[in-house]
Amino acid sequence: MHASGVTPRLADSSRPLFEWRWVERNADAILQRLGEHLALTATALGVGLVLSLALATLCLRYRWFYPFVVGAAGALYVIPSLGAFALLVPLLGFSFATAVIPLATYTLLILIRNIVTGVQQVPAEVREAAIGMGFTPRRLLWQVELPLALPVVVAGLRVAAVTTIGLVTVTSLLGMGGLGYFIRAGIQTTVPNPSPIIVGVVLSIALAVLVDVLLWLGERALAPWARRVR
Amino acid sequence: MSFFAQLSQWLADPNRWSWTDPAGLPYRTVQHLWFSALALVIAMVLTVPLALWLAHYRRGQFVASSAVNIGRAIPSFGLIILFWFLASRWGANTDFWPLLLALVALALPPLFTNTYAGVVQLEQEVVDAARGTGYREWQIMLRVELPLASPVIVAAARVAFLQLVATVAIGAIVNDGGGLGRYIVDGFALGEQGHGEIFGGGVAVVLLALICEGVFAVLTKLATPRGLALQQARRSS
Repeated sequence: MHASGVTPRLADSSRPLFEWRWVERNADAILQRLGEHLALTATALGVGLVLSLALATLCLRYRWFYPFVVGAAGALYVIPSLGAFALLVPLLGFSFATAVIPLATYTLLILIRNIVTGVQQVPAEVREAAIGMGFTPRRLLWQVELPLALPVVVAGLRVAAVTTIGLVTVTSLLGMGGLGYFIRAGIQTTVPNPSPIIVGVVLSIALAVLVDVLLWLGERALAPWARRVR
Repeated sequence: MSFFAQLSQWLADPNRWSWTDPAGLPYRTVQHLWFSALALVIAMVLTVPLALWLAHYRRGQFVASSAVNIGRAIPSFGLIILFWFLASRWGANTDFWPLLLALVALALPPLFTNTYAGVVQLEQEVVDAARGTGYREWQIMLRVELPLASPVIVAAARVAFLQLVATVAIGAIVNDGGGLGRYIVDGFALGEQGHGEIFGGGVAVVLLALICEGVFAVLTKLATPRGLALQQARRSS
């Protein structure tokens, strides 16, 4: 189940670089791995976003808290992914949690930073007008400040999503499946097979681009006023 | 065997502290840093002069702004394995080149984008003043833009280097390089019995990354030209 410690076998140079046949034969497996990849990405982003919203709201209320939170998120961001997985394996084993926790923590730095700067960019007049209309601090945050910060928040979310999709391939070392499964499988068969490697890499890039475009379209739909600014 | 027994047995290996034995932490640390630093230097030689030149003439703005996004979408894990596969297919050395090329390829986009942005964001008056004083274009690039953009370039190198340190570890899956990642990948292969080795390797990798980050924080301070540091200090006070 886990990575072999020995160096993989060398490739056979007579084999074609890519065989469509492989894709046809493995269509079901490709869909399954794609689903696993999306599940890991969505969970990590979801957990990261909820945590970031909570921490960013705290930072906006208590300004002194912000440098500490950014410092801690920055330190977590520096930790190499393989190292983070390695620290969690003895505690949580080769599990979904071991894979998702580091992925989620990597999103914190950019998400918290973008939520806080996005909200701080909201013009003072807008905020004062809302307060004058009787908005409570909570309604001010959720109905005025966060919607106006949306373009900046989504910009952060796009970076986080693209980075996470690439990193999910590494979780195949934990036996988590996803598209990284194919990348690894390509060198673990008795004779290395390039088709799954190429499928894994290409689909991972395609997925990253697709999610990036979808988030961008979502932002344009949810914050149409931002289009005019740019 | 319990986790702590595994860990203490792993730490007690007589070769664990050797500089010359492949099982040694010092040996693996040096290997890890050597690979990361070599890739960084090659990537910087390839990008910084080109980015300086293009940014000076404001050429290739689109490439510069999109390079980092494209780079981000490419899974480093996939690139390492793909390069390893291609090298083995062509009968090339699989221990060194595939990993090095993958590392260089990954470091290029952020270095290029950030160096370019660092030059473009400089105040145009400074460049005009230099030109008015009689500086030639290459002198402006080397004596005005390069020093003024150096804090940004060092910051870009810092981001790239940390990414390289993280990626070298992943490289352990295909070759005997991989530095400290070796322990983690070998430990994964042992399953339950490998937890001690996995954890030991994990701590070593994380410590190495945090120390490198600290060293780069100092370097960033040193790379800031005195004039720029004074200006920043005046602005913030």
